[in-house]
Amino acid sequence: MATDDIVRANAPTEAFDFGVTPAAVAPPLAAARVAIVTTAGFHGSGGGVWREGQGFLAFDSHDRDLTLAHASSNFDRSGLAADLNVVYPADRLEEMAAEGVIGSVAAQHLSFMGAQPDHVLETLRLDTGPQAAALLRADGVDVAILTPV
Amino acid sequence: MSAVANVLEAAGIATVGIASIRSQAVAARAPRLLYAEFPLGRPLGKPGDPVFQRSVLDAAFALLPRTDTPVLVDFPEVIVDESDAPLACSIPLADDRALHPAVREVLGVRAAYERQRAATGRTAVSRLGGADRVRELVETLAAIADGAPYDACGLSPVEIGAAALDIRAYFEEAAVALAGHVPAARQAESWFYRETHTGEVLRRARAAIADAGGPRPAWFPMVPTGQPT
Repeated sequence: MATDDIVRANAPTEAFDFGVTPAAVAPPLAAARVAIVTTAGFHGSGGGVWREGQGFLAFDSHDRDLTLAHASSNFDRSGLAADLNVVYPADRLEEMAAEGVIGSVAAQHLSFMGAQPDHVLETLRLDTGPQAAALLRADGVDVAILTPV
Repeated sequence: MSAVANVLEAAGIATVGIASIRSQAVAARAPRLLYAEFPLGRPLGKPGDPVFQRSVLDAAFALLPRTDTPVLVDFPEVIVDESDAPLACSIPLADDRALHPAVREVLGVRAAYERQRAATGRTAVSRLGGADRVRELVETLAAIADGAPYDACGLSPVEIGAAALDIRAYFEEAAVALAGHVPAARQAESWFYRETHTGEVLRRARAAIADAGGPRPAWFPMVPTGQPT
């Protein structure tokens, strides 16, 4: 049995009930400003252990010197070691902007830590999430592409 | 990830997420998810394949006009990990036979590690002091594996777990360079845990800490699901 099948079969599925799922209206993709928001728990080049309560980090969208601070051992590392884009498609977005497929790439991309306990979700809903949204909106971002790890 | 999507969307930013675990994607009711059954850790599917990655992004962005949320659509191609086929990768052991075999491995793969780091400009050996500290961390975990008390090793429980992740990253990055190609998902992991002395050190250290009733942050990250413990 592939290891991922075991992980998927045992993955917890409790999810916060947001009630009605929101639906923002996106502009046409060719006019949209797009940011990556990943839950890979990336740090900048200084590295370090992800501190509890850290919230999220913002990276210059040209920065590729990112390090992985995610605490789970249950995912492949070698793909990311070889190609950042397999988790964080920053180069792909720049190509799509150059081709006119998307309007532009955000000035900053964001990284949260995934697989968080409930008390962090509360912080996410009430503080860090809205803060992240405000930061993106201040940059004119309309669309976020979310990637896990 | 889905919780972040809901919060951003409520603030007016249209989101589309690439989901890796279907049961979670269904439960989360995020606005727009593309379920891509690819190896965990590779949400865009294929490292080093821009065309494939672009096809995943195109499929994800195609969901953006949808406002009948929650939307969950499957990407048509499935990729499975190959944990049962460890990477074939010889380790250039350091010569000094007086050293612990795991330390000989650490020293032996350093050149390959540096080659990979230079090729990408990145490293995930970043939690506790970088590649220069890996030998010391391996010696610490080897001592724990051989019976030294984990709570007197000089590292906090979270740092013990982080040490294991740094050591593993060091070997997996070296393995990419040693193999000369990008392995299928989890092949490098299986090589490390099943075929190296250092992987055995991590397995034995995990057992020692868990058997002693040690805290989960210390032993849980040490060996991933699916590898022998």
